[in-house]
Amino acid sequence: MTNAWIVATIVAVVAGLVGFFVVLRGSAFAAHAVPNGSFAGAAGALLINVNVLIGLGAFSLAGALGIGWLGRRDRQDVATALALVLMLGLGALFVSLTAESEPAAYSLLFGELLGVANNQLLPTAGLAIACTTALGVLYRPLLLSSVLPDLSEARGVSPTAVELGFLVCVALATTMTVPVVGTTLIFSLMIGAPAAARAIVDRPGAALALSVAIALVTVWVAIAASYQLNLPVGFFVGVLSATSYAAGRGWSAWRRRGP
Amino acid sequence: MSGVLHAIVEPGFFDSGVVRIALETSAAVALLASVIGVFTVIRGQSFAGHALSDLGATGGSAAFLAGVAPLWGYVAISVAAAGAMESIGIERRRGRDLATGIVLAAGFGLAALFLFWDTTVAGASDATNEVLFGSMWTISPGTVPVVVALGAAAVAILAAICRPLLLSSVSGELAAARGVPVRLVGALYLLALAAAVALSCLAIGAILSTALLIGPAATALRLTRRPWRAMLAAAAIALGTCWLGILLAYDSFYWPPVHHGWPVSFFVVALIFVCYLATRLRVRR
Repeated sequence: MTNAWIVATIVAVVAGLVGFFVVLRGSAFAAHAVPNGSFAGAAGALLINVNVLIGLGAFSLAGALGIGWLGRRDRQDVATALALVLMLGLGALFVSLTAESEPAAYSLLFGELLGVANNQLLPTAGLAIACTTALGVLYRPLLLSSVLPDLSEARGVSPTAVELGFLVCVALATTMTVPVVGTTLIFSLMIGAPAAARAIVDRPGAALALSVAIALVTVWVAIAASYQLNLPVGFFVGVLSATSYAAGRGWSAWRRRGP
Repeated sequence: MSGVLHAIVEPGFFDSGVVRIALETSAAVALLASVIGVFTVIRGQSFAGHALSDLGATGGSAAFLAGVAPLWGYVAISVAAAGAMESIGIERRRGRDLATGIVLAAGFGLAALFLFWDTTVAGASDATNEVLFGSMWTISPGTVPVVVALGAAAVAILAAICRPLLLSSVSGELAAARGVPVRLVGALYLLALAAAVALSCLAIGAILSTALLIGPAATALRLTRRPWRAMLAAAAIALGTCWLGILLAYDSFYWPPVHHGWPVSFFVVALIFVCYLATRLRVRR
């Protein structure tokens, strides 16, 4: 149970940080495609009997770079969709070749947060530090190119390089979180909390902090509720994410109408 | 001659009832999805198109739980999700992306709950796989008329709004200036998309649904900029890749390492991706 709290806290911090830029850049599709497609990597790892983390890392990185490469000269959303279906198709192949077991599919999608083992803590923390450091290095160019793409290009920041760097951050966050919380939970966290934060405050620094705070509250409440009511964590995270966004929108609408 | 034919097509391909149903259903779905997909790609709504198929899993698992035919779960959830996306919907493209993301996040939460109940309460251990991946080999003959009816409804909506939709997809401001109710047209289009995605998820699974919606249309739009020609080309690509994929999957029954055939979805997706890459090489030259 302690492990679940530690891992959930790490995951929420990273999701809040990465998700802020996901929402700012309008990359929700990529944030969905990389974790979802990396599922194929896990299936492939099971097929050839290597560590699941390696498969996840390889596929999420390949997926991120593939999206960036395909997206250079086509619409980003089309590139993302094609990269995603290719990975899912490979996943279907790997699953069918392994004569697989279905519980694995469920836990990769929705996670087994309450069953996190001790030896999963170290890789998770390591990847979280790597991801946060990368974001810290990229912070200013990323912010500038997300908000004012023309200005940032005029100042010599390559939009392709920033996009690739950002996608690699998403891939790192994916590799770290999928084995412990599943692909759907990380997506919900990366969208709901930052979207709510952006609706409430405008300044990037404040929104970033608020996004992390909302993500933390979401996972803590979700774990407690899941433990008490014996229902899946993913359910609470998904519903709380959507609720917090609705609350954020309501708050900003109310404030705009007020004096 | 017959030796060559046997090497390409395993014996019994054309006599098998299962194969015939798969060929017919996939043809109907491929044509519908590729034509709608041209609008989806032009409008930049690939994410919505994909999210609707993922949300279909929520509907499927709910229907499983309620004991009704999965079709109704798919249709109900797609229409509800399309409505939710439209009502959150913000005009700018980034806002639309976010609206889709929020609806998808909420849907995933519900799917986690329903699948959990499916396996614990209803005791259906293979529910997850069935709902998530679907299989073209298990289409029941009774599904075909429903698929056709839903497809016809989507085509009817699309035909009715075709011209204003095209105009508002290419330039929303121009359409609004000419008196097109852009918001209404967009909502009707999303409804047609929801119906098409629901039935293609049901018939051929979520992976292929997205693949057929986006892949052929994106490929066709790289070949030609004219929408009508693009629709024709997309339909041809979708139909070709689907049927070739089914043929390869049928042949693969005797391939290593396991002798139960490779999945259809893998073949179709791979073929679509190869087509798309080929057009990119062509353009580069």
